[in-house]
Amino acid sequence: MSEMTFEPLMVEPAGVPRGRAMVERADWAARAYAKYDAATVNRIVDATASALAARAQEFARDAVTETGFGVVEHKVLKNIACSTGIVETYRGQDFVSPEIDEVNKIVAIPRPAGVVLALTPSTNPVATVSFKIILALMTRNAIIISPHPMAKKVCVAAAKAMAEAAVAAGAPDGIIQIVEDPSIPLINALMTDERTDVIVATGGSPVVRSAYRSGNPAIGVGPGNVPVLVDATADIQKTAARIIESKAFDNSILCTNESVVIAEEAVADKLLAAFAREGAYVLKDEERDAIRNTVFPEGHFNIKMVGKDAVWIAEQAGIKVPAKTRVLVAPFDLVVPEEPFAHEKLCPVLGFVRVPSADRGIDVARAILRITGAGHSAAIHSANPNLIMKFSAAVPVLRVSVNVGNSLGSSGIQTNLPPTMTIGTGFAGRSSVGENLQPKHLLNYTRLAYNADVREVMPSFAGLNPWVSPTGPVPAYPLASNDRANTPAPAPIHREPISQDVAELRDEIRKLIVEELHALIKN
Amino acid sequence: MTQENTAAPEFDYGLFSYDSKEQMLDKSKEFWNPGKTQFWIDSGVPLVIDRREEYFIYDMSGKRLIDAHLNGGTYNLGHRNPEVVQAVTMAMQHFDIGNHHFPSLARTALAEALIKTAPSGLSKVIYGSGGGEAIDIALKTARHATQKRKIVSIIKAYHGHTGLAVGTGDDRFSKLFLSDRPEEFPHVPFNDLEAMEDALRGRDVAAVIMETIPATYGFPLPNPGYLEAVKALCEKYDALYIADEVQTGLMRTGELWGITKHGITPDILVTGKGISGGLYPIAAVLATEKAAGWLNEDGFGHISTFGGAELGCIAALKTLEICSREETRSMVHYIADYVGKRLAEVQATYPDWFVGIRQNGVILGLEFAHPQGAKYVMRHLYENGVWAIFSTLDPRVLQYKPGILLKPEVAEEMLDRTELAIGKAYAEIRNERRSA
Ligand SMILES: Cc1ncc(COP(=O)(O)O)c(C=O)c1O
Repeated sequence: MSEMTFEPLMVEPAGVPRGRAMVERADWAARAYAKYDAATVNRIVDATASALAARAQEFARDAVTETGFGVVEHKVLKNIACSTGIVETYRGQDFVSPEIDEVNKIVAIPRPAGVVLALTPSTNPVATVSFKIILALMTRNAIIISPHPMAKKVCVAAAKAMAEAAVAAGAPDGIIQIVEDPSIPLINALMTDERTDVIVATGGSPVVRSAYRSGNPAIGVGPGNVPVLVDATADIQKTAARIIESKAFDNSILCTNESVVIAEEAVADKLLAAFAREGAYVLKDEERDAIRNTVFPEGHFNIKMVGKDAVWIAEQAGIKVPAKTRVLVAPFDLVVPEEPFAHEKLCPVLGFVRVPSADRGIDVARAILRITGAGHSAAIHSANPNLIMKFSAAVPVLRVSVNVGNSLGSSGIQTNLPPTMTIGTGFAGRSSVGENLQPKHLLNYTRLAYNADVREVMPSFAGLNPWVSPTGPVPAYPLASNDRANTPAPAPIHREPISQDVAELRDEIRKLIVEELHALIKN
Repeated sequence: MTQENTAAPEFDYGLFSYDSKEQMLDKSKEFWNPGKTQFWIDSGVPLVIDRREEYFIYDMSGKRLIDAHLNGGTYNLGHRNPEVVQAVTMAMQHFDIGNHHFPSLARTALAEALIKTAPSGLSKVIYGSGGGEAIDIALKTARHATQKRKIVSIIKAYHGHTGLAVGTGDDRFSKLFLSDRPEEFPHVPFNDLEAMEDALRGRDVAAVIMETIPATYGFPLPNPGYLEAVKALCEKYDALYIADEVQTGLMRTGELWGITKHGITPDILVTGKGISGGLYPIAAVLATEKAAGWLNEDGFGHISTFGGAELGCIAALKTLEICSREETRSMVHYIADYVGKRLAEVQATYPDWFVGIRQNGVILGLEFAHPQGAKYVMRHLYENGVWAIFSTLDPRVLQYKPGILLKPEVAEEMLDRTELAIGKAYAEIRNERRSA
């Protein structure tokens, strides 16, 4: 047996140097990709999104298996929404070609960030990986993903599938990379590396705060804790259906899932009865206390509950509920920090508070967001525009879903907000971005501006485009310089916008999205 | 902290110091190598390398140079690569050179790593302490395996200056020491298959030794198919093929070993220089089972106290790991692509002066239209902050060897400086011609 006496000399933890190598490679790739033209970028984006969508089911299943939470069919929906869905949303928009403003004599030339470092969560693993990859590719950035350790296997598989498809469609080598073995020192090294141009952090507060502390530009998003006000003017049956569907979505692990329903007293009982018809189980007082002790033992959230289904959670608390129960509703009285049900729950347990008036409901919503979730989202179900306006102005969030489930409402899948897996929480949520993350957040523009004097005429810039389409693999394989003529030219990059197969696949996927959304919104 | 400055030496390196660069150069001539010292002064490159990091070297004067020669690839990973420094520093807590008589922890580990990353068929590793010794080992191994004595090499080949290796190279270095042995070491012209076949036809040749691209000769590229045909001739006439990968290995061609780009499995492969990250001297010979028979017959057949020093093995293990990374390979392809394209643009500016670019990955020979052209360019490069050297055996050609981990902004700066220097060298030559 050897007795190793290594001292801890300036030792860098394993994986850190490799991480740096990834950033350096990404730097080369980003520089190459920043010169691509719009047609090539579109082709790459389509191929990459289709590669993920084609395996949406497999990755959804693997994500649930690996992390132990969520619902496969809901993840399928998100995987599709965050790949081909996102592409369809932005189809026709151009984040590549110069934009000409003849009136103001300004031309804006898109300039990618460069190397995007994406931190992705365990709750939405593949959808977030795909979402950030697609946004990065649309805007001609290179991306390095550091997945949540609990979901690393499925994220690595998904990112590799996308990377292969991107390069096969003509993207520069190394444009998409993923850390296979994430660790805190490695993530720190990546975040503080001066070659990292922007960090996009989705995850727990510690991760987001350290992204901001890194010294590099960062887009981080804070946690949610969604209050939902239901007033006496709401259509109770529809409201109940929407809330329960949304709360049950992916077993409530999204930051956009409803946290506490605030019901105006006049309709509270009717709403609870409607909840029950939609597959919720309304807990009696002793049952509620048992659930509180199970989900928040000693007042602290039990992470075993994340994304588990309602029946299983009830069982853990020794409560028998009907087998088709999707949500457990926990009525309680007072929204204060020491009440666990007033916090984010990440499982299908829905707080329920009665208020004598809608105005009082606004105060309760504010109280919920004082605990956590400021800057994130809230929902209201009401037919009264005055109240909706008042609520939205008073409650410190940056998006309010109206008469729609919040989980897919705030994330833009069932509303016309930009579809996203990354919800900007703005100043109130200590973030640099207040909107749903979208391509423009990964871009700057160089604006060339002419002399405002009317006598100085701006010539036509129409048709001038500094970008090019590559003629072969990027970079070219290093053949010996005296052998380039003899060796068959590298396979030319496939130029049609999109192949037959991919077009068919896209149609199929579009159909699938529509069907699934239909099923989801069925009233 | 205002302390009296009592004539402290200006250049204090701890165990030794110099008052000035002039004093250093004087002592260099007095105690070390007057010929070499004076040569560089006369060449307009009075370089004494002081600080070094990444791909930068600093003269004693503080002048910074981008290293585009890397001592033939020794500093492939940059100077004092932090990962290799860390590996060696940690290893020194436990290891030293080791004892060459016994089975050795680090020698065995490196051997396994080398074999696993080598062209298939190579199965045994023998260590030397430098490239020349490793070449000698390779030649001895071939002689043992074939029981023949002759070694065929290329005119203007360079395989080192040790006892046998020097015989494979230019007369300049063997005759000086009365070591030329033309009967045992026939030289044939490069890229000439007929001459090669003539040399082999007598079936009395133990091995052909080939740099995959002859470095000191200015990187003339093997004609497409040439090396493959030489390998076939070796098989036909029972000679071994020795691939000298001292300058072409370790990812410099965009693959770990240059010879694999030719689809050749050599009988023997030699690596040195960059193998240990420029931090600890070591070199290695990789041989097939058939070639390496003497290891069974007499395991003490080649003895070398420092050969395979364990600290060097650890430096080499780390270096091999870095070179083998997917990221490194990708970066080399980017660097090669970028450097090649920029140089082609420069060539288009000076087509009758900068007449050729020989390139395979980040191995480049730049040809100039003057018998000593590369010396002019070298001097202007030096003045403009880049270090690259002329080819000893063909001074028309500049050896230009950027690092495999070069960052894009340093690559850009290097090319900016190179473009200027090539232009200035051209202007100087034109002025000389005009005034002549
Ligand atoms: C191709 C080649 N082989 C062998 C050697 C000899 O190596 P060393 O100087 O370590 O003895 C060299 C050195 O320049 C070389 O370039």
